[in-house]
Amino acid sequence: MRGLPDSRMATDRGARARGRRGKLARCVLVVGSIVAAGAAPAATAFEDTIAQRVLACTGCHGKEGRAAPDGYYPRIAGKPAGYLFNQLRNFRDERRHYELMNGLLELLDDTYLHEIADHFASLDLPYPPPLAPAGSAALREAGEALVRRGDPARGLPACNDCHGAQMTGLAPFVPGLLGLPRDYLNAQLGAWRSGQRRAQPPDCMAQVAQRLSLEDIGAVSAWLAAQPVPARATAPAAPTTPLPLACGGVAAAAGAASGTSR
Amino acid sequence: MKLAKASIAFAVVAAIVLLAAIAVVWLNRDDDAQHAADAAAPRPSDSELVARGEYLVRAGSCYGCHTVPGGAPYAGGRAIETPFGIVSAPNLTPDATGLAAWSSDDFWRALHNGRSRDGRLLYPAFPYPNYTRLMRADADAMFAYLRSLAPVVQQNRPHALAFPFDQPVALAVWRALFFRPARFEADSARSPQWNRGAYLVETLGHCNACHSRRNVFGATAGPLDLAGGLIPIQNWYAPSLRDDAEAGVGDWPDGEIVALLKSGVSARGSVQGPMAEVVARSTQFLNDDDLGAMATYLRSLPDGADAPRRATGDNDGGAVRSEAGAKLYTTHCAACHGDRGEGVAGAYPALAGNRAVAITPPANLVHIVVRGGFAPTTPGNPRPFGMPPFATVLSDEQVAQVLSHLRASWGHNAPQVSTLEVKRYRGAR
Repeated sequence: MRGLPDSRMATDRGARARGRRGKLARCVLVVGSIVAAGAAPAATAFEDTIAQRVLACTGCHGKEGRAAPDGYYPRIAGKPAGYLFNQLRNFRDERRHYELMNGLLELLDDTYLHEIADHFASLDLPYPPPLAPAGSAALREAGEALVRRGDPARGLPACNDCHGAQMTGLAPFVPGLLGLPRDYLNAQLGAWRSGQRRAQPPDCMAQVAQRLSLEDIGAVSAWLAAQPVPARATAPAAPTTPLPLACGGVAAAAGAASGTSR
Repeated sequence: MKLAKASIAFAVVAAIVLLAAIAVVWLNRDDDAQHAADAAAPRPSDSELVARGEYLVRAGSCYGCHTVPGGAPYAGGRAIETPFGIVSAPNLTPDATGLAAWSSDDFWRALHNGRSRDGRLLYPAFPYPNYTRLMRADADAMFAYLRSLAPVVQQNRPHALAFPFDQPVALAVWRALFFRPARFEADSARSPQWNRGAYLVETLGHCNACHSRRNVFGATAGPLDLAGGLIPIQNWYAPSLRDDAEAGVGDWPDGEIVALLKSGVSARGSVQGPMAEVVARSTQFLNDDDLGAMATYLRSLPDGADAPRRATGDNDGGAVRSEAGAKLYTTHCAACHGDRGEGVAGAYPALAGNRAVAITPPANLVHIVVRGGFAPTTPGNPRPFGMPPFATVLSDEQVAQVLSHLRASWGHNAPQVSTLEVKRYRGAR
């Protein structure tokens, strides 16, 4: 297990043996002077920025999300900072399960996760046009009805109630729902419904997803994925009115902002 | 006549079995000698005791096994996978489901004798073969700290070991063969600092739990081994601490060793994989005196290059540069690690002259390329750089090609990496 728990390995750039110390020192000096002289080609010139430090993220997620053999790596640029921070914590603390994410974040503290979240939230990249509508028109109509009005008879709030009238999210904790592929939306709603994806309790999104049938999820995803993203897609600040459900991610994140415990 | 012979044979076998049983029981007896705290020493106040206990619990790396990710610290529940099955780490908080009913004598018995409060033998995934050498005063402080935690209700889960390892008799035999209660004996020919380092490395830190080979019964050659070994299940290779071509630090200045253990990075390298967890959960919290003592001890280890042990992989070939590997390196690696493997000081490790590149088995290289990783956040390295995972980018064959390229470049001359090896290591968690 990861858990398992563990040295032990140190990646060393040190001498391979005592006798080589002098040689290595000379090598280091040479390398140092190359770097200092800026001899490296411009394309690889090193600048110590947060973007450099998180190349491990963009390697998979790309600038705007990226499809990979094992699934879809969603866009993270421009999502609300509090939402991104919560997801980073959820992966680190294994409320969300994806081995590569769990492993990468395992030993990072809240302070650094905040900085990473703020960095990606601050990026403002244009969205690509939506994919061609999938499913029947009737299916998408049913999806739109659920998104805009919910189903009071089943205690289902409208998506708009929390995710904003334009579904571009509410800063800082609620993500937008547009610009995501249908398969990804299906997978996330399904994971929430089955308990595979979780958030801090009370887990409002789990309550919603568990009231959705698989047909509902297909309809909502089909409609959302076919919507263009508005030109100004940044999430407006959340209104002061309470959300229809209590959400641990919203409350807990506010309380944890100053914490650094892991 | 025939019957008589059979009877004699039976009697002999029965006697042998009986003697063996007696031996096993005898060899499993507790060491009940009093290990009372020095009566002359002033008794620390409760808060001092708890603070010292917290420090020692961290030095003992208890958190890693006794806490689930995102869970309450020390409330147990983590499933430790071993080659013999799953051992579940118990709840150490003072709840009825944890250690509420335990006394400091019970706690001492567990650490020193490897026996639970109810007399059951404990599985050595709990590193009591190391903790047995703890000083009683330290065990009492650790217990005082655990008693000070908020009680957490979390029922212990039963272990799930395969037959015959789930049988108490099997464990008793294992202990008869590989475990005796022991005490830490200071070496009077060495400095107090060296002895403190030895105590931290061999006893609390249980470094040999990873940094040594285990035999087919899962036993190490003892806390002094430290000659490196493949960690079962995880399949990370914990390099030898006695071999300067691996992770030996015989030629390191103390300050670099302390920096590595304190912050996870030093001018000579950074920690990855399981060792990153050790720094994050344990060594970053140790004071400079103790880290300096560990450095003194580690630097004094006799050089133990162990050539036969290195020939454990499938790598029968020597270093081979391949066109494909060079191309992959240029495409995926050179932007950070440099065209000549020079890296960027303080950000991206140089691969030229990096002894981790040439270690056999190449397990850690496979993990790092496939999973990527960040060094742990520590006060000395609060914003670590990250290596991207290439799990979805490179096939097993491509990982083998690019690693073989590294191991044949910039003066490295290490055996090539086979696709089979990559497949084997990357499948492990």
